[in-house]
Amino acid sequence: MEKGKVRVINEVGLHARPAALFVAKAASFKSDIRIHNATKDGKWVSAKSILGILTLGVEKDHEIEITAEGEDEVEAVKQIIALIESDFA
Amino acid sequence: MILKGIPASGGIAAGPAYIFRHSEVGIRRETISDPTAEIARLNAARDAARQQLQTLREKTEAEASAEEAAIFDAHAMFLDDPSLLEMVADVVNREKLNVEAAWSDGIENFAAQMEMMGDEYLSARAADIRDVGKRVIRILSGQGETDLSGLSAPSIILAQDLTPSDTARLDKQFVLGFATAEGGPTSHTAILAKALGLPAVVGCGPRLSEIASGTDMLIHGAKGELVANPDEATRKQYEKLTGEASRLAEQELKSAGEHAVTKDGRQVEIVANVGSPSDAVSALKFGAEGIGLLRTEFLYLERSTAPTEEEQLTAYKAVLDVMETRPVVVRTLDVGGDKQLDYLDLGKEANPFLGWRAIRMCLDKPEFFKIQLRALLRASPGHDLRIMFPMIATLEEVRRSKALLAEARQEVLAGGSPVADHIQVGIMVEIPAAAQMADLFAKEVDFFSIGTNDLTQYTMAAERTSEKMAYLADPCHPAVVRQIKRVIEEGHKAGIWIGVCGEMAGDPEAAPVLLGLGLDEFSMAAPGIPHLKAILREWTYAEAKKLAEHVVNFENGAAVREYVRNYLHE
Repeated sequence: MEKGKVRVINEVGLHARPAALFVAKAASFKSDIRIHNATKDGKWVSAKSILGILTLGVEKDHEIEITAEGEDEVEAVKQIIALIESDFA
Repeated sequence: MILKGIPASGGIAAGPAYIFRHSEVGIRRETISDPTAEIARLNAARDAARQQLQTLREKTEAEASAEEAAIFDAHAMFLDDPSLLEMVADVVNREKLNVEAAWSDGIENFAAQMEMMGDEYLSARAADIRDVGKRVIRILSGQGETDLSGLSAPSIILAQDLTPSDTARLDKQFVLGFATAEGGPTSHTAILAKALGLPAVVGCGPRLSEIASGTDMLIHGAKGELVANPDEATRKQYEKLTGEASRLAEQELKSAGEHAVTKDGRQVEIVANVGSPSDAVSALKFGAEGIGLLRTEFLYLERSTAPTEEEQLTAYKAVLDVMETRPVVVRTLDVGGDKQLDYLDLGKEANPFLGWRAIRMCLDKPEFFKIQLRALLRASPGHDLRIMFPMIATLEEVRRSKALLAEARQEVLAGGSPVADHIQVGIMVEIPAAAQMADLFAKEVDFFSIGTNDLTQYTMAAERTSEKMAYLADPCHPAVVRQIKRVIEEGHKAGIWIGVCGEMAGDPEAAPVLLGLGLDEFSMAAPGIPHLKAILREWTYAEAKKLAEHVVNFENGAAVREYVRNYLHE
């Protein structure tokens, strides 16, 4: 299992367009990808679920943790973290 | 019956009422024997829902806007959400619950979670999720969409509230206007009505449901008024208004290029509030004689690094070149609190409107602030640039701002760039402290521009974005008008000019009072300029002065507005 941790830097957190982009990215991998809001120490949800992500209430400066399990787990975590660090550019 | 609501979109219309109701779908709960068939039913219903959403999306994009249409992309994502589907399938398989009940439980689970987070954006998404949920339930139960077959003639739509799904399916050629019992000035109905250019009144209250379908209705968007079964006189009045309104708008635009001069010869300056270089071009078409407020936030927002001096210079030059030698008042950066910037750590505050923002923040970051000041100074040669500092509360703030401007000037000159010889410097008067001390401030600056939106919110201690406190947001309240009077009087004593750059300047019921108080400059959203010029030309300065002297002694804003409305007709 691959793991990663990243601080969300964009203004609206994981809401609106960034949330949709995040889900689209996660859905492009075969691995089972889970995410949780480490700042709030909340539940884990599927990174491929827009509804799940919205209920995490991820705001700017929150830290999120990601785990992936599957054939493309390394690439999945790497690319998702890159997406967040690029401010969804 | 006359109902008063919140004005949401201007315009006047007359027609029959069309009552729009959501058909409530009762959900049965029962035990099933074949989970696989049950899930297959859900998938078929979701396929049908996806098609409906696609149709709605295309229709909305064609009729309203792409932004409006994007709501349905979100709906489609919810429809296919893997967590939701997993939850539903799990309940159907394990508990043998029918899919209608399992689906609506799943929808409610997510909607309730989002609603509980106390975030405005997420609450709105909760409504979207339920909207999607109902769409699928309607298909599963064999019901069609909300019944709209009755809408076959031009009508005024009455509803509790309207969702994006509702309005997308309305046949716009049959819609004359909207009235809703719920909702505020920024509700979906309001936004849509403005985009379509139709009148809308929201927040009319529960009595709206007493009106029967087909009732003769009149709607006055700007007044926030709805009349059911109007008498002949009212109807005539509205008919006249509707016909006149379109003819008038045309005439007004034709004479927008001329000055605003009262019948007894007082000329006031009518200028535009703009937020970007492209706004400046259209401002001229509406007859703007200059710019009374250039908001510079457009340069700073929605980016990850601060704009450079060169970038700012290019933007200011673009606006100044369009305006040639007409006056251009530039407000220095007004962010903080509610408007955040990624590259400046502004922090979160409990009361953003009372927080570390605008000049308060800029004075604490002098090197950052001077980038903007240098760019402005470098753009100035050959133009009538004026610099204005926002959120000024104390004399020390003005003096420190001016000192930084002087430093910036030295730096620009030392760098070999020319600067215009005289650049007017002014302040926004939007904090009651500044209004009270206007006599002393007047000795420090070349002009005052009164920001009536903020001055009202700080005077009434009511956040201006809240719909619950809309009754406290009237700049015509004498508590505000008296301060404006004082600011103008003290300014004139010191020989400086005074403008207003809040909504009040373009408000037809407020502008005559400002005229009478002696205001020199009216700055407003450009589309309002032709109408305001026409209104001011109807008055004499002498009459307006009498009016203004009178209304400062009134009890409330509504009385002031009524008096202004009736004044010329008596």
